Amino acid sequence: MRAIAAFQRRVLLAVILALLAGAVVAAEGGVPLPVIPKGKGEQCVEPTPVIRRDHMVFLLHQRDETMHQGVRSKRHSLKECIECHVAVDREGRTIPVNAPGQFCAECHSYAGVGIDCFQCHAATPDSGSRPPASAVHASSELHGGAPHAGFGGALMGPRLASAGEGSK
Amino acid sequence: MTKACESATRPRPTENHRPDRRRFLGGAACAGALTLVPGVAFISLAGARSSEQPVSDEHRWGMLIDANKCAEGCDACVRGCVEEHGLWGHDRPETDAQWIRKVTVRDKQTGHVTSLPLMCQHCQYPPCVDVCPTGASFRRADGIVLVDKHTCIGCRYCMMACPYKARSFIHEALDQQKPYAPRGKGTVESCTLCVHRVDAGGERIPACAEACNAEGHRAMLFGDLNDPESELSQSLTQYASEELRADLGLRLGIRYRGL
Ligand code: HEC
Ligand code: HEC
Ligand code: HEC
Repeated sequence: MRAIAAFQRRVLLAVILALLAGAVVAAEGGVPLPVIPKGKGEQCVEPTPVIRRDHMVFLLHQRDETMHQGVRSKRHSLKECIECHVAVDREGRTIPVNAPGQFCAECHSYAGVGIDCFQCHAATPDSGSRPPASAVHASSELHGGAPHAGFGGALMGPRLASAGEGSK
Repeated sequence: MTKACESATRPRPTENHRPDRRRFLGGAACAGALTLVPGVAFISLAGARSSEQPVSDEHRWGMLIDANKCAEGCDACVRGCVEEHGLWGHDRPETDAQWIRKVTVRDKQTGHVTSLPLMCQHCQYPPCVDVCPTGASFRRADGIVLVDKHTCIGCRYCMMACPYKARSFIHEALDQQKPYAPRGKGTVESCTLCVHRVDAGGERIPACAEACNAEGHRAMLFGDLNDPESELSQSLTQYASEELRADLGLRLGIRYRGL
């Protein structure tokens, strides 16, 4: 099943690429073709036709190597893709690469591909700012009452009673 | 069964950081190659692995936590970890992620209060890995126990198996993740020993230890258990230390002193 689906998408990809090549067809077409924003720098980490077709292969390979073997080469790193392919709005703020019309969304929505990468991965290079103070959990409470709490005793043995954990 | 000082009476309290001969030779060769570089700490941490090279068991990363130096009421390590990995939650302590926490225990007889940070102990034989049905929980060659969130299905068996309650489940959708610390709903996570810093090499130590040092307590010493020259190994050889729940025989990467 997966193989068939992948094959169908490959065919789809080929069709898109063919369409991209012939701008004439685009003028007549019903669904507007994706307009792909250009990345930073002169060229991509692989020749354009290669990265277009095989970026998912590079990414998934890199993912496993980084995760399990600590390989941190930059070439096929997802973090690096975002560095180059992120766009900036008029006020100079970065726009998430997976926002509608952005680099990692434009082709995918056209081709009906859904990726979950950005549920976890930051979609802008400058992501990670602390939310407003009110929304932040005050860690200085030493997490009293957390489900993790109240087991100093089990850990240390009968000699010791848990004192600081758990507000029960 | 679980007496705190038990490991002191056991025959093998410190053998897991004592390198065997082959490792010692490896470490010695490594130190020899770097004698031009001054500073023992640099040699022990630098490891000289290029970003292309996979990790190996030449190193085993670990930590020594000295509870005598850990200040009661101080949570600099916890805050350091939260900042580093963007762990700010939804102000819901019951469910917010927690990679490191402070535990305070009181001796019933003497009233002495001991304060210590507790996180993933980076076991050599991790129960979380044993129970994981997808292989998402794994131990890297250099001893760091991780969750591959790409294969994690969020079943939470590992959370039940962990004797240290070191893991958290992400219950809600997140945003504003740090680019080097992807996190998301439906997966389990825990202390990574700041694997992104370890992999970057150089002299950067985990965020908790860095925060503890900045506070002047220096209660958390990070280093290579396989390198007999490392400050960590030297300290472990010289003075007694123990594992939490040593009776489980999990051979922890994190050791404690002054419990
Ligand atoms: C459930 C959370 C999650 C999801 C979903 C996810 N990742 Fe990851 N990913 C991680 C974590 C955690 C790391 C390890 C980060 C580290 O150690 O630096 C990682 C690391 C990576 C890396 C290596 C680091 C880098 O930036 O190059 C790649 C490549 C990667 N993921 C690709 C992907 C791709 C492609 C997808 C979507 C198909 C994806 N990931 C979806 C959590 C996730
Ligand atoms: C050094 C900056 C840089 C990095 C890093 C980079 N790219 Fe690119 N990428 C570019 C540029 C510039 C182009 C346009 C090349 C052209 O016009 O021929 C491009 C083109 C592409 C294209 C083809 C777009 C089209 O017009 O069809 C894809 C797909 C792509 N990149 C994906 C990626 C992925 C995935 C990564 C991470 C593995 C990545 N890029 C990393 C700069 C970069
Ligand atoms: C030139 C158009 C184009 C651009 C730009 C593009 N993609 Fe894709 N991507 C595709 C197509 C088409 C597929 C489906 C191909 C297939 O399945 O054979 C795909 C598939 C993927 C997959 C595999 C999904 C799956 O479930 O198999 C991942 C992961 C992916 N893209 C990541 C990215 C990321 C990250 C970016 C932004 C850096 C990006 N792509 C930019 C066209 C594009």
